Amino acid sequence: MTVQTQNGPHEAPDPLAAIGENIKACMQCGTCTGSCANSGAMDYTPRELWRMVQLGLSDEIFASKTFWLCSSCYFCTLRCPRGLPLTEAMAALKRLAIAQGKWKEKKSTKFYLTFLDNVRRYGRVREMDLMTRYFLSLKNPLTPMGFTPLGVKLMVKGKLSMQLPNLFSAGKLDALYRKVREVEGRS
Amino acid sequence: MKYFYYPGCSLEGTAQEYDASTRAVMRALGAELVAVADWTCCGASAGEAVSHLLSLALPARNLALAEQSAIDADMLVPCSACYLNLKKVEEHTRRDGTLLATINEVLAEEGLSCTNTVKVRHLLDVLARDIGARTVQAKVVRPLTGVTIAPYYGCQCLRPYEVFDDPQQPTSMEPLIEALGATVLPWQMGAQCCGAGLMTTKKETALERVSVLLQAARGADCIATVCPMCQMNLDSYQAKISRMNAENLAVSVLYLPQLMGLAFGLPEKTLKLHLNFAYAQSLKGKMSALRHAAEAQQTAVGSEQ
Ligand code: SF4
Ligand code: SF4
Repeated sequence: MTVQTQNGPHEAPDPLAAIGENIKACMQCGTCTGSCANSGAMDYTPRELWRMVQLGLSDEIFASKTFWLCSSCYFCTLRCPRGLPLTEAMAALKRLAIAQGKWKEKKSTKFYLTFLDNVRRYGRVREMDLMTRYFLSLKNPLTPMGFTPLGVKLMVKGKLSMQLPNLFSAGKLDALYRKVREVEGRS
Repeated sequence: MKYFYYPGCSLEGTAQEYDASTRAVMRALGAELVAVADWTCCGASAGEAVSHLLSLALPARNLALAEQSAIDADMLVPCSACYLNLKKVEEHTRRDGTLLATINEVLAEEGLSCTNTVKVRHLLDVLARDIGARTVQAKVVRPLTGVTIAPYYGCQCLRPYEVFDDPQQPTSMEPLIEALGATVLPWQMGAQCCGAGLMTTKKETALERVSVLLQAARGADCIATVCPMCQMNLDSYQAKISRMNAENLAVSVLYLPQLMGLAFGLPEKTLKLHLNFAYAQSLKGKMSALRHAAEAQQTAVGSEQ
């Protein structure tokens, strides 16, 4: 991938290749798939996904929902005979999909982004505000229904407070987020 | 014994009962908890999905705050997701020599810096290794006799970092449960995943994970948890999952310190048992029978004197 920088065109490292580098020792034994409780719901098994990453099959990888179905249980990482950081690689694929706008999984993406924005604003998660914004971001009036029974149950127990979201407040962690973006932009 | 205390966002909201019971039980055990002033969110599972640096800077900020207070203590963390995120700062910076400097460049925006001197400890680790079953047993005034408990560890206090227990076949909760006078349910599911954050983003899959766990817990009066996410997933969808399976799979799901508090004779109100969705009749019945037996015994002892 060629990008423009201050010093003219520059060959940026391919981020998918960087993930591939971390799992290049994969020998396709399938232990990861066998360890994964969620593999049945995946369109490609973890073993297949790692092969695709090795081959750099970007389109197929980001069309797949496999990495969105990783719940970070770390069983595959623990058991991989090659000691590969597989759960981290799953997270790296989520990051890349979000960063490149390959949002096949709108729900997951919006949730993560809304969550972090909530943290930036308040420093801590305000659950009611988070859920309100999450549903707004999905712009899908049907999705909130999936949550309603639990939301109501939580409210009855006094576990969710009905704070109105403050849309315009400066965030508590603005400086930290700004700096993270700056440092990441540099590398 | 003194610990920094990092409750994390869940313990301020949906897991208030975990916070309340942890504080009450640690007090009863003679441990002092020092609040980390001005703590902020660890980034949960969202941090890592969006930015690697942010996912480390957020927890590191809290470690830096603790360091600032110049108290020599470990950091006690009851939430497994927070625990892992905080722990990752230590593990990742050890692997990558320049990473700590990069994190500190970010923290410097707030005049903070992290040197990795505060050790991060999960609540279960502290209970099992610092305090120990014997000390716990000495505090028991109302043994949970006849109560069968399934110890549920979940993932992130066990994996990927092997700190205090076997990451696949954990046992650290068993002596603690036995110390309370309860019976440990023999099962193989203690280290299996509850679906975690998929309950929000991939609900069908997460319900399937919980369903498998609830079925395996047949015969238990209660599942003991040490993580707000596990608790929420196991606790909140029992009616739905029972309908899916055409079988009543209702079972109480309590935080380990809530169970300890019950055996220590702490009031249910202090332990916020009214906040658990799944505090089922079978366990409630056994608890009130135990309470009555204890009271009757006291009366008997009283009249003899
Ligand atoms: S367990 Fe490791 S080596 Fe085996 S297929 Fe999976 S990633 Fe490859
Ligand atoms: S960490 Fe993710 S991919 Fe690996 S076994 Fe667990 S759910 Fe499957």
